[in-house]
Amino acid sequence: MSRLTSTNISIAKEIIGRYPRPKSALIPLLHLSQEQNGYVTTEAMSHLAELLGLTPADVYGTATFYEMFKFEPVGQYCISVCTNISCQLLGAWELLEHAEARLGVKAGSTTDDGRFTLEDVECIAACTEAPAVQVNYRYRHCVTPAAFDQLVDDLSAGRLSEEVPPHGTLARVRQRTTAGWSGTATAQQATVDAL
Amino acid sequence: MSDQDEQPEHEQHFRVEGMVPTGDAIITARFDRDDSHTYDGYVSSGGYTALRKALTEMSAATVHNEIKLSEIQGRGGAGFPAGIKWGFLPEGVYPRYVVVNGDESEPGTYKDRMLMERDPHQLIEGTVLTCYAVDAAQAFLYVRGEMALAQERLAQALNEAYERNLVGRNVLGSDFSVDITLTWGAGAYIVGEETALIESLEGERGMPRLKPPFFPAVKGLYLQPTIVNNVETLANVPYIVNEGGQTFHDIGAPTSTGMRMFAVSGHVNRPGVFEVPNGVTTFRMLFEAPEYCGGVRDGRAIKAFIPGGASAPWFYEEHLDFPLDKPTVDKAGSMLGSGAIVVMDERTDVVAACWRIVRFFARESCGKCTPCREGTTWLERVLKRILDGAGRAEDLDTLLSVSENISPGLTFPPRQTTICPLGPSAVAPITSAIERFRDEFEHYIDHGVPKDGIDRHPITATGVPVHA
Ligand SMILES: Cc1cc2nc3c(=O)[nH]c(=O)nc-3n(C[C@H](O)[C@H](O)[C@H](O)COP(=O)(O)O)c2cc1C
Ligand code: SF4
Ligand code: FES
Repeated sequence: MSRLTSTNISIAKEIIGRYPRPKSALIPLLHLSQEQNGYVTTEAMSHLAELLGLTPADVYGTATFYEMFKFEPVGQYCISVCTNISCQLLGAWELLEHAEARLGVKAGSTTDDGRFTLEDVECIAACTEAPAVQVNYRYRHCVTPAAFDQLVDDLSAGRLSEEVPPHGTLARVRQRTTAGWSGTATAQQATVDAL
Repeated sequence: MSDQDEQPEHEQHFRVEGMVPTGDAIITARFDRDDSHTYDGYVSSGGYTALRKALTEMSAATVHNEIKLSEIQGRGGAGFPAGIKWGFLPEGVYPRYVVVNGDESEPGTYKDRMLMERDPHQLIEGTVLTCYAVDAAQAFLYVRGEMALAQERLAQALNEAYERNLVGRNVLGSDFSVDITLTWGAGAYIVGEETALIESLEGERGMPRLKPPFFPAVKGLYLQPTIVNNVETLANVPYIVNEGGQTFHDIGAPTSTGMRMFAVSGHVNRPGVFEVPNGVTTFRMLFEAPEYCGGVRDGRAIKAFIPGGASAPWFYEEHLDFPLDKPTVDKAGSMLGSGAIVVMDERTDVVAACWRIVRFFARESCGKCTPCREGTTWLERVLKRILDGAGRAEDLDTLLSVSENISPGLTFPPRQTTICPLGPSAVAPITSAIERFRDEFEHYIDHGVPKDGIDRHPITATGVPVHA
C-alpha cells in the first residue's frame, strides 16, 4: 500500500522523463505518494529513493523542508485558515477561534474521528477575499463563522466530495507527455553531464 | 467538479467593467469570459496570434528587442527590467532554461494565481515566446503547491497546447522546438526567491544560493544559464509582441511602463484586484475612482498602508497621493514589490499587525543564516510577549538591536548580513511601526493592553518552533 502502485509507477516514470535530471522529479513524486496514501510514509520515501537513484536520507531531507508533506496520517479534510495580515485585519483569529470550538481541536491537530485537520496557515493568495480558507487546497473565500459551519456540515455529509478530493490529491488533470514532446533540452543536458 | 464551483465570491469582488479608467486592460482583458481558461476561449479572443507572428515574421533578436523597448519591469518583487535580464545570458552556452515563478506567497499578494487560473494559455504563450527570444529549449512552470486549481488549469492548457503544436517539437511547423514542464512546490515561501526556487527544482531543500556567483542568468538550474521571471511579467509578453514594445512603453508612467496588477486588501469597502496603469496614485484607487475600492470601511481614517507586500516598509496618509511608480516609491523608502496594497484603518492594532508579519518571516526563514534564523524568531517572541501583556521596558531597544544585527543601519533598501533579503524583510514592519507608533508599543508595555479605540484580535497562535 505504501510503495507506489504499478499505475503510479508508470505515472512516476512519465514525470521523471520530463526533467533533465531525475532528482528534479522528487517533489512531484512525493506529492504522488501523498495522493496515493494520504500522507508520505517511510516506505514510500524508500521506494522513491529507489526510483530516483537516491538514498532514503536524500528523500527525507528534501521532504521535511516542505510544509505540505505530512509524515503521519492527517484528516480526510485538511482545513487551512489563513491568519496572515490581510486576513487578520478582517477577522481571521475570530474565525480560527470559532473553528477550534466547532471542531473541538486546536489548530495543528486532527479530530478524533480522523475526519478534519485544522491548520493556521500563512497567506494563500486570496487576500482580497479575507478571511480565506482552503480545504484540501480548494479555496473558500470571505468565510464567516456561519459559512464555516456550513462547510463543515457539507463536508461531513459528503456533499462536497465531487469538489473536494481527499487529502493529497492536488490537480486532477495531469500533464501528458504527448507525441509532441521534443526532449531537446534533456538531450543537451545529457551531453553536458557526460562531459 | 465544475470549474465555477472553485471560485464563488471573488467573481463579485473582481470588477471587470470600468476597472481601467485611463487605459485598456492587457493581461486581465479576458477575465470577464467564462471560458477564458480554455483553448477555444483564448483563441477566439486573439490568443496565440503573437506566437504565430513571432515564428513567421520575427527573429529571436527582434522579439527580445521589443521586450527591451517596452522596458517592462519584473512583477515578482525586485522590479528589474526583463529585457535587460534576458541580455545577461552568456552567449553560446547551452542548454539554457526559462523558469516561470508562480510561487506567489508574499502576504497581501493575489494576482499570479488569478492569471494562472483564469488565463493559463496567455502564460503559456508568453513562456514559449520567451524561450524563443532567449533560445531556450525547455521551460519550467513552477506553481505554488497549494494552488490546486491553477495546477489543474495549467495542466489542461498545456495538454491542449501540445496537441495543437503550440509547444513541443517544431512549434507550428517552424524549426523552433521547446518543451514546457509543469512542476510544483510543496509549501515554503522562501522558494519564491529565485535561487531557492532553482534548488527546489533540483529536488533539494529550498534554500537560497549566494549571489555572486549564483546569478541565475549565468549559473542557474543545473548551473546552466537560466532566466527566472514572474508569472505576471511573462503574461505581458504576448501583448508586447503583438502591439510592439513602444505601444506598451506609452502606457503607464515613463519610469514604470505598462499596466500592473494591484491587489488591494484590508480595511477598504471593496477589496479587489485591479489592473491599472503604472503611476496611478493609491488615493485614486482607494477613494477617487468609483470603480475601485470605495474608500476605507465605515468612513474611517487610514492609519497605515503597505504598498508592496509584507516585505515593504509601511506608508501613511501623506503617501496616498504618490504615484505608484518604481522610482517614486523607492525614493519614499518603500517598494512596489509584488503589487500588494494592504490598508489598515485607524482602529488597527499596529503592534499585532507588526507581530503577524514578523511571525510570518520567522516561520518561513529557511534557517541557513544565523541572523535571520535566530533573529526573526527572537523578534517574534518579543513582539508576542508585548501583545500578551508581558512586555518589558527594554523591549523596544531589544527589537531594534536585533533588527540592526539582521540589517545594519536599518535603511531601505536594506543592507543585509544574510544570504537573501528574507531576513531584512522582517525588519521593515518593525522599524516602520516603532518609528511611527512608538506610543502604542509603550502603552502596551506599560499597561498590558492597547490604547483606547484599538480593535484587539483573539490571537491563539502557537509559538514559532525554534529551528534545529
Ligand atoms: C524571500 C523572497 C520571496 C520571493 N517570492 C517571490 C514569488 O513568490 N514570486 C515571484 O515571482 N518572485 C518572488 N521573489 C522574487 C524572485 O527572487 C525573482 O526576483 C523574480 O521571480 C524574478 O522575476 P521578475 O524579474 O519577472 O520579477 C521573491 C524574492 C525573495 C527574496
Ligand atoms: S536570509 Fe533567512 S531565508 Fe534567506 S537564506 Fe538566510 S536564513 Fe534563509
Ligand atoms: S493574507 Fe490571507 S490570503 Fe493573503
